[in-house]
Amino acid sequence: MHGCGLKIIVCVKQVPATTEVEIDSERGTLIREGVESTINPFDLYAVEEAVRLKERYGGEITAISMGPPQAESSLREALAMGCDRAVLLTDKVFAGADTLATAYTLACGIRKIGTYDIIICGLKTTDGDTGQVGPGLAEELGIPHVSYVRRIHLFMDGQIVLERTLDDVYEKVRVHMPCLITVTKEINEPRLPSLKRKLWARKAQIKILRAEDLGGEADRFGLNGSPTRVVKVFNPPPRLGGRLIKGEPDMLADEILKKLVELNVL
Amino acid sequence: MSIIIVEDKCVGCGLCIKSCPYDAIKRVDGKVRITDDCRMCGVCLPVCPVDAIERVGKEERVGDLSEYRGVLVFGEQRNSRISPVVYELIGKGRELADKIGEELECVVLGEDVTEEAENLINYGVDKVYVYDDPSLAVFREDPYVDIIVDLLRKIKPNIFLLGATAIGRSIAPRIASRIKTGLTADCTELDIDPETGLLLQTRPAFGGNVMATIICPRSRPQMATVRYKVMKRAERRPGYKGEVVKMRFDPEEVRDRVEVLEISDIGEGGPSITEADIIVSGGRGLGGPEGFKIIRELADLLGGAVGASRAAVDEGWIAYPHQIGLSGRTVRPKIYIACGISGSVQHLAGMKGSEFIIAINKDPSAPILKIADMGLVGDLYEVIPKLIDRIRRLKKG
Repeated sequence: MHGCGLKIIVCVKQVPATTEVEIDSERGTLIREGVESTINPFDLYAVEEAVRLKERYGGEITAISMGPPQAESSLREALAMGCDRAVLLTDKVFAGADTLATAYTLACGIRKIGTYDIIICGLKTTDGDTGQVGPGLAEELGIPHVSYVRRIHLFMDGQIVLERTLDDVYEKVRVHMPCLITVTKEINEPRLPSLKRKLWARKAQIKILRAEDLGGEADRFGLNGSPTRVVKVFNPPPRLGGRLIKGEPDMLADEILKKLVELNVL
Repeated sequence: MSIIIVEDKCVGCGLCIKSCPYDAIKRVDGKVRITDDCRMCGVCLPVCPVDAIERVGKEERVGDLSEYRGVLVFGEQRNSRISPVVYELIGKGRELADKIGEELECVVLGEDVTEEAENLINYGVDKVYVYDDPSLAVFREDPYVDIIVDLLRKIKPNIFLLGATAIGRSIAPRIASRIKTGLTADCTELDIDPETGLLLQTRPAFGGNVMATIICPRSRPQMATVRYKVMKRAERRPGYKGEVVKMRFDPEEVRDRVEVLEISDIGEGGPSITEADIIVSGGRGLGGPEGFKIIRELADLLGGAVGASRAAVDEGWIAYPHQIGLSGRTVRPKIYIACGISGSVQHLAGMKGSEFIIAINKDPSAPILKIADMGLVGDLYEVIPKLIDRIRRLKKG
């Protein structure tokens, strides 16, 4: 913190509004037509936490995203919730990026934004479902990260005390800023933006950065910078249910008991 | 680098159009063309019957990959006890190593872990690297990442597998970013492509509605985090000949920027939700927080853990760590008993990998009854207490 409050960066991604994605069985491709887009639901918790930190400590929030030009609508959602400015990294050469290239590109964009105290990311996205970009981004920037953060306790002397969930334990940790955190949905209840902010966000200017604006190594962007390749996509076979049992509670309890005995549980 | 269609050779059969996973090959004015959507995956190359598709331009930087050998498994531990997922990784790792004719290795970091690490050899591991040091007693990302990256640079494994636990998922992306290699998250299937020898990594995306198979053709190691309770646990192979290598590191060379102040258990006793063989779960149909009393009672009787749907957690009836589904945990117990859970797509995403699903719901049209192996239409408040009674009586003999 530098007296002028916290400099906060929030990463957001635009994702399909549904996870019920169909595969064209003949081609083996995702059917994208008619699928609406939205801000990644996990990112709402990241944006909300940034806004709460700003409300408590003062400062400025920049939302950043990498994606196609239409991803700016997700940034407008972040602005409506309380972010001050937004940066969209968009360029044809960014396309086809896996998590390594995405983390690298975001790191380049964040260096362009300037100094920061804390970067907040959602736990993962609902489309890729990897949760890899946050920690990868911290590595690219050379800063520490704390994942699975469920509570921010306090800021003091350039340090921050956090509580995280690590599978079956809670951990209270202290880390120096600048740092990156990924947050779980336990951390807050995202707000609904006010109409006034929505109207403002609709017209707010979004800064566009292209590959040439970022500098960096061109062969680390997009597909060229992605060591992984998807070779096949398919819908898993649906799980088929068994028989449906109706009847008196006694009979139903007997049926479950019989099954549990059969499954060697009892 | 790019992929092109040699027009003179192309007979316009269109087989490549069908093969493209990215929909990047189109017929334009009667000619087959590769569009900007091409991601150079190369799937179309062997499909073409007249070899009209070619990869041209400069090959991307590829070092000598042949010097990378062996399958390395991250031997995650907690409180000096090797995590269950490690035995699953060893089981799968052994299979992969045998297919490519290479060794299976394991790396263990912690305090007082040497004995546990040595024991891994009895599960068919050829070499175990052990960093046994008091400073590693408590997990922290920084030292773990620094030490593992150093080891990877020294031993150059071909494949590196970690459990998709909170720890594995937190360090793997940092390791992959530092050595600039590919990482696939949360794999549920791993195999070796018999033609290329590459690791085929299959994982769910979009909440399990889509499966994707991913390769890492030009950098090493090929890294993956692997979902627990999917791969078969390695069997004990007493007398297996392996080697323990005691490793040292220079604390000066290792960063340590996150200080752990306090660790507390989430659980209320009993097995954890990720390790439990049986999970009894409650949803909106419970009607209130007190409903979890009978859920807990049944879970305790069965030696299982308590789960919940998002609706129950959002109502504040139970804490978030119990939440199962897209925005909570993914579980794969042997038996999943869903009580008063309608079965939203999000919830199903977190539990449909369970071996056997029992669901009880008042509403016969509840989606969960369509996927349950045993679906019961009834009031859980009438059925579950009767079931608890019966189990008690049975246990008394």
